[in-house]
Amino acid sequence: MTAPVIEMQGITKTFPGVRALSEVSFDVRPGEVQALVGENGAGKSTLIKILSGVYHADAGEVRMGGEPVHFAHPVESLRAGIAVIYQEFSLLPERSVAQNLFLGREPRGRFGLIDERRMHDETRKVLDLFATGGRIDPGRAVGTLDVATQQMVEIAKAVSHDARVIVMDEPTAALNDAECEELFTTVDRLRERGVAIIYITHRMREIARLADRVTVLKDGEVAARFDAVPEPGEIVHAMVGRDIADFYAPPATEAEIGDPVLTVTGGGNAHLHGIDMSVRAGEIVGLAGIQGAGRVALAMALFGQEPFETGEVTLAGERVSFRTPREAIEAGIGLLPGDRKSEGLVLMQSVRDNGMLTPRAFAPLWSSHKRTAQADLARIDELLDRMEIRAASYDQDIRALSGGNQQKAIVARWLSMRPKLLIFIEPTRGIDVNAKAGIYHLMRDLARGGAGILMISSDLPEVIGAADRILVMQEGRIAAEFPHGPTERDIMHAATGETEVAA
Amino acid sequence: MSAADTPAPTRAGFRFERWAPLILLAGAFAIYVIVAVATDQTQYLTLENLIAILARSIALGITAIGQTFVILVASIDLSVASLISATAVLASVVMDGSPAMILPAILAALLLGGLVGLANGLVVSGLKVNPLIATLGMSLIIQGCLSAFVSNFAGSVPPAFQVFAYGEIGMVPVALIFLALLAVTAWGVLRFTKFGSDIYAVGGNEEAARFAGIKTGRIVVASHVICSVCASIAGLYLASRLRSGAPWIGADGVYDLESIAVVVIGGTVLAGGRGGVWGTMAGMLIFSLIDSVFNIAGVDSFAKQVLRGIIIVAAVAFYAIRSKRIVA
Amino acid sequence: MTDQSAAPDRKRRRLPQINPVWVLLAVLIAGIVYMNPGFAEPTGYMNFLKRAAPLAILAAGQVYVITSGGFDLSVGSLITLVVVGASMLTNNDPSATYWVIPLMLAMGLGVGAVNGAIVCFLRVPSLIATLGTMITLNGLAFLWSGGAPRGYLPDTFRFFGRELIRDVPLVRFIPVSVIVLIVVVGLFAWLMHRTNLGRMVHAIGDNPVAARLAGVPVNRVRISAFMLSGLSGAIAGILLGGFAGVSTDVGAGYELEAITAAVLGGAQLLGGRGSVPAALGGALALTAIFTLLNFLGLPQPVRQVVQGLILIAAVALAMHRRKRTGT
Repeated sequence: MTAPVIEMQGITKTFPGVRALSEVSFDVRPGEVQALVGENGAGKSTLIKILSGVYHADAGEVRMGGEPVHFAHPVESLRAGIAVIYQEFSLLPERSVAQNLFLGREPRGRFGLIDERRMHDETRKVLDLFATGGRIDPGRAVGTLDVATQQMVEIAKAVSHDARVIVMDEPTAALNDAECEELFTTVDRLRERGVAIIYITHRMREIARLADRVTVLKDGEVAARFDAVPEPGEIVHAMVGRDIADFYAPPATEAEIGDPVLTVTGGGNAHLHGIDMSVRAGEIVGLAGIQGAGRVALAMALFGQEPFETGEVTLAGERVSFRTPREAIEAGIGLLPGDRKSEGLVLMQSVRDNGMLTPRAFAPLWSSHKRTAQADLARIDELLDRMEIRAASYDQDIRALSGGNQQKAIVARWLSMRPKLLIFIEPTRGIDVNAKAGIYHLMRDLARGGAGILMISSDLPEVIGAADRILVMQEGRIAAEFPHGPTERDIMHAATGETEVAA
Repeated sequence: MSAADTPAPTRAGFRFERWAPLILLAGAFAIYVIVAVATDQTQYLTLENLIAILARSIALGITAIGQTFVILVASIDLSVASLISATAVLASVVMDGSPAMILPAILAALLLGGLVGLANGLVVSGLKVNPLIATLGMSLIIQGCLSAFVSNFAGSVPPAFQVFAYGEIGMVPVALIFLALLAVTAWGVLRFTKFGSDIYAVGGNEEAARFAGIKTGRIVVASHVICSVCASIAGLYLASRLRSGAPWIGADGVYDLESIAVVVIGGTVLAGGRGGVWGTMAGMLIFSLIDSVFNIAGVDSFAKQVLRGIIIVAAVAFYAIRSKRIVA
Repeated sequence: MTDQSAAPDRKRRRLPQINPVWVLLAVLIAGIVYMNPGFAEPTGYMNFLKRAAPLAILAAGQVYVITSGGFDLSVGSLITLVVVGASMLTNNDPSATYWVIPLMLAMGLGVGAVNGAIVCFLRVPSLIATLGTMITLNGLAFLWSGGAPRGYLPDTFRFFGRELIRDVPLVRFIPVSVIVLIVVVGLFAWLMHRTNLGRMVHAIGDNPVAARLAGVPVNRVRISAFMLSGLSGAIAGILLGGFAGVSTDVGAGYELEAITAAVLGGAQLLGGRGSVPAALGGALALTAIFTLLNFLGLPQPVRQVVQGLILIAAVALAMHRRKRTGT
């Protein structure tokens, strides 16, 4: 057996208030695919960022080819032969494929000018290593390529850096099935060339198809290590490590579900086609699909941010059409955005101000900020108390709170508006594993209180565990519908259009 | 926002933005021709006259080339107008009518430009001061220093140096040839050198550039130096044309705002990373054509100023209105 | 991904914080009194406040725009337009003041509304938009006056900038402009810190996307901020017309002084934080600096240089502190 190219030993990393990794050891050998799995927040990204020099470990050691290494900056790890392909590509959309591949190290020719021909030829050579790479024109602007091809360019970039280790962070999140197959072929090629691959995913199918070994992280620790791919059940058990029934709130009973609060018939716009769906009072509807399937677009259409152009929407029996989020909120819809920091919070303001944001937005501009029609300061404090938000004081800037507490403050904001329909986008993204269960139970409580809940999530176990009914989207359409409790496999089939699944 | 989950939109916008400067230029030219014909002043349609139109915007063109560099790295420079006045005065005072002092005066002006650019760049990239504020502050400092020393035309430019503004080769003004050479050089630097490639990278995605090992701070500083040196060349040109330097010539020409407007009309985006010098040149042509239209139509100079403000805002709006981002 | 910003320096935050601008102001005032003991007399400080009044009012308006995430560079030429326009409209008729002043205030609000609309609907960044209005308004002032403004405003108009109310207990006299200052700044402070408008201005400057998704009428709030800034420009113009007389450059440079004052008061560039009382402190501090420079016998242009340095230093310091506290 070959010696590991990377060994990480006893890695510990603490962020203020959170222990992200404790005593994690991990290694990867040349020519193997090591799958790194775990739930959101298990510590996968932190581990990779330590490997690549973005973060520095509080304790522990990274060895490369047996020698201890210390990367102060991502550039150093890249030069040493470690390339990381994040979900957010680091490509320049305005620049050509070749320019992106050779960014920062362009080959020079006469007079120190960039040798464009050589750059093109070498790009061509790298791209030709892959079955599908041959189709890519090195001169084309990256921004004009589709997501799968851009990812191909990222991989080619790693290869052109002579990377001995390539990290792929959930590379199939935005790919359709055929594109996934191409990616797998590419990964096989890299493996044949002796590249060590760290493959981050939580999809069992990909692990079975690609991985040589599997490491499972949970709550910042190594929960299990497998030298061969085990049964999916074993991995899931190691990943979740607790009784699922208790983690998620119990599904709604027949009696708890009421009349539809929302119905959409034939809804469509630039991103969506023929949307027919409903959400009933007391019900949590999960919305699954791969990235780019139009789940967020659907939420934004319902919320008036990018409205439907065709079709009909009714809310609590009344026909509605919203052109702005403000109109949607007025009619009784609330939305918790997926990216809390950039879309949900006003970070420089206090916890209380964040809670009062929407009530104040609907009060007259010149009236007192202490009391609005929906809530006064005492009422918002009461709601914040009810959410059990941990903060030194509600006058504190919300920025200093943990992700879970920030999320609860946004929920408190919406509770003061007594919405009929609440849309949660990625409700537990970036939230501590321990705080997740709290959010699921909170959603259930809201549903029991008579609201309809639409939950969009990329985390399949979450959708399966928390939703009473699941809609699966594919290419801007609703492709399938499942009652509570389908398998991940059922959903993935529907999401990638492999087989038609009857609703 | 939420782009990650929205199906990729079609790329129709790409083409439009690429050709927009040319479309605008054609439109401006058409208006020019129509106004000239309509007011029965077809003498304005001769080649000589078109060259004359170009020659009027040389200072703006030189400044705008420099401004293109800073905007490409997602910075901005509002100190160019003051710097133009300062270098014009400096050069004219150093020369003081003596041909022997031409070279020292040019060097002094370029050195001043280089230092101002260095200071701007270091304040922006090192102290992380918002570039608008940093260069506005710099503008105050330059203007204050300048008015402390001179309050009127100062020094004089020897005839030998007036060739820069008034000389002609054949029927083409020397300054116009200089502007063309400067534009070609700037294009070459942006297109064929590693420095040019780094500029687009820093403006396009600073973090990606840093991860690729590009020293982003240095690129920002270098772009500011180029911008300020271009402004000091514009100052030299104006000193040559006015035969002396005065502390108000930069502010009078509104070179700060106009150079930014010209760059933006040329399709370079204020957020950085996209655009180039040829667009800027098209923008300069558009502005000089509009100016000429005002002249032909006999618009009063105060009214011209009013229209100019409106046109600048309209030009930026022409690009900005298509974006969905909330701006402040 | 774990949350990295959980609960940093909670202790430091709990300490009562005094805005450094008040310390700066106290030091400057002490310096002025030391050099010129007469400053401690009502004539000294009332004249100081009278001179500071237009800038303080402008800064109170500017702080709205800065907190909402923008800049308003048009107020300087708005002042010029108000002074020139008022002299044209009153045309030496003292009774015209009564309709000219409301008209000028409305013009200020109107200019602000136009600025706001350009930013909101044409999506032109406010810096460019208000630079454009600045040129346009300057051109309009020239156009209106034909380039040679009449040097006269009736005394009824100049009342607000020039007159004193005498026989006031304790302070002997109060300039009318100081009363205007107190009323306007008080009103602006109340709107900013005691009403929904103030909270909404903070929210759209902090995170416009989040604000929109939370139902904040972003455009209405932004336009209101620009209108308040325009109103402050018109009021400052009326005061300046009172004590400076008519010319086409009365307002020149005031826009940058107002921004400097707001930044000195700790207003955060690009939005999210700002305080009207602190902007008042900034305006007073800036005026005190200029007064000190005068006492030191430094020529007028030095004022500009110092102002430029203060502007850059204040922002650089704020950036440094933000980096240190990791916010």
